[in-house]
Amino acid sequence: MILSEEELKEIEKKAKEWESTTLKNVLEKVPESKQTFTTISGIPIKRIYTPTDIANMDYAEDLGFPGEFPYIRNIYPTGYRGRTWTMRQYAGFGSAEEANARYKFLLSQGQTGLSVAFDLPTQLGYDSDDAKALGEVGKVGVSINSLEDMEILFNGIPLDRVSTSMTANAPAAILLAMYILIGEKQNVSVDKLAGTIQNDIFKEYIARGNFIFAPEPSICIAADILEYCAKFMPKWNSISISGYHMREAGANAIQELAFTLASGMAYVEAALKRRLNIDDFAPRLSFFFNSHNDFFEEIAKFRAARRIWARIMKEKYGAKNPASWMLRFHTQTSGYSLTAQQPENNIVRTTIQALAAVLGGTQSLHTNSMDEAYALPTENAVRISLRTQQILAYESGVINTIDPLAGSYFIEALTNELEERAMKYIGTIESFGSGEWKMLSGMIKGIETGFFQREIADASYLYQKEVERNERVVVGVNQFTVDEKRPIETLKIDEKVQEKQIERLKQLRLKRDTKKVEETLDDLKKAAQREGNLMYPILECVKCYATVREICNVLRSIYGEYREKAIF
Amino acid sequence: MGEKNIRILMAKPGLDGHDRGIKVVSRALRDAGMEVIYMGLHQTPEQIVEAAIQEDVDALGLSILSGAHIILFPKIMELLKENRVDIIVFAGGIIPDEDVPALKNINIAEIFGPGTNTEDIVKFVKEKVAK
Repeated sequence: MILSEEELKEIEKKAKEWESTTLKNVLEKVPESKQTFTTISGIPIKRIYTPTDIANMDYAEDLGFPGEFPYIRNIYPTGYRGRTWTMRQYAGFGSAEEANARYKFLLSQGQTGLSVAFDLPTQLGYDSDDAKALGEVGKVGVSINSLEDMEILFNGIPLDRVSTSMTANAPAAILLAMYILIGEKQNVSVDKLAGTIQNDIFKEYIARGNFIFAPEPSICIAADILEYCAKFMPKWNSISISGYHMREAGANAIQELAFTLASGMAYVEAALKRRLNIDDFAPRLSFFFNSHNDFFEEIAKFRAARRIWARIMKEKYGAKNPASWMLRFHTQTSGYSLTAQQPENNIVRTTIQALAAVLGGTQSLHTNSMDEAYALPTENAVRISLRTQQILAYESGVINTIDPLAGSYFIEALTNELEERAMKYIGTIESFGSGEWKMLSGMIKGIETGFFQREIADASYLYQKEVERNERVVVGVNQFTVDEKRPIETLKIDEKVQEKQIERLKQLRLKRDTKKVEETLDDLKKAAQREGNLMYPILECVKCYATVREICNVLRSIYGEYREKAIF
Repeated sequence: MGEKNIRILMAKPGLDGHDRGIKVVSRALRDAGMEVIYMGLHQTPEQIVEAAIQEDVDALGLSILSGAHIILFPKIMELLKENRVDIIVFAGGIIPDEDVPALKNINIAEIFGPGTNTEDIVKFVKEKVAK
């Protein structure tokens, strides 16, 4: 306890006096604008917070110091004073040549890490000439069919000097294999590669929609990657457990927090089930959160996430290495909060969201661009969003001290509240499970029965209705609207990318060693029928320039394809 | 035609997984008393048109956020025409303003962008189907 019983009683007494005098006098004359005030996720917020709201908090146990358990204050003892967060803009579109040029532009502007967006056919295991790829090639990311495209993508980018994050999930093993082989070609050994493979399949079923196979085999492949990285890639994050997309799909902050940590626990159990030692893989698990509009709720969410994870890893799973207790995370500002109306206002929204992420102690950050309610961002729009981060880091002074909001009665009370509500959800998910690995089976059960999808759809609809009833103001949309001149300048993706990619595929099929491709694909098939780690045979397929679809088709032939339950 | 009889097919052509919008709109239409069939993600133009015929719907709502609307919406409209399916088609998602005239030209009745009030969509569908 931070204050003694007597001190707390004294404060409580004074608070009552204040309520019945100073406050009452004003309320009688000028009532407040609303009956109740809540966070976006519906947590009631009091008029003021005092030490009585955190009466049971123990400084050493509940807060502690940066770089020490429970890590709520920061995972590093020097916070951003040693090094600011990594400024990492998710980017990629068109062909490998175009995306390569955008990466070089971003690096020349002071960006400190790369984040590769793949197009949807790549993410769903189709080549550019597949009927399913029609209209989608190069649209939301770069089109990668084989190792050849990846060679072009990283041409002139030294992999020993940048860290790269790759948003690949269902075909994560294939794209990671490609990156490893590019490293080899640049004489950068696999243990030197730094970066992240997203590799989080749970949230694909829950929110993001880019799944190929059913949950069970998909989680096996994800665990193959965890295992491989634990063995060979000490600087690589083997997974980025993501709440971001759940939030974009309409989840609230509590759900984002709970479902993401529950997923994390399920991956831990998937690895433990294989008899991996927790301290061999847990230090390379990383997380990915959204930063939305509700400033304090977001900061509390990030802080709560660190403390919950540290406690779970230490107390529930018995991890011994402190690195296993530390929740490291990437943040992206909320795309869904951006408005098509008066798009310049999005710069301001993004700034506030970015500030919340920084005050919450993020390790890396993507700031959205103002034009993203229309299209992928133009170079000019991306520059402004990167400058936003640089202004925060170098001008605002927010990096000077660590976890500056700690000790705020409100922030601490809200952090406690989020932790409590998230733990309740996690308990529910665990109760769906059975056998030795309850979180793992509980997560799968929750997906298959549509639990997560339904919870998110409900929260999403509730928020929409609040906006439509004008209970939540969206500046420029339901209030403060103007007649504006549109359209704004947007980025155009060349429709010829698909043709070019199809042509390159044709050429590739002529020049590669077809027999070797078939042999390696056959080996993969055999491995998938047994229970071996698929990273090894996939590396061999990729090396022979087998395409993403060829490799995925082998796995489809064994695992089949998953169809979602459409819940709304 | 009474409101109860309005049947709507909601579909996501293409490969993108952004379904917050279409789910919210589907629920709003259902809450307004319509019969809503939501097909789920990753539907091909052929699957969508076939479902529109099978389900005998009055209107079709489409959502794309990947940019593939330029190719996929015209494909769906052609298939509808080929099969002589005359229904109201409306769409939403991330669609740049400059693409809207071309989409209206191929008989997509309306494009509802980000920030649209679902009440407006409900009203639009009721009026259009009543005609």
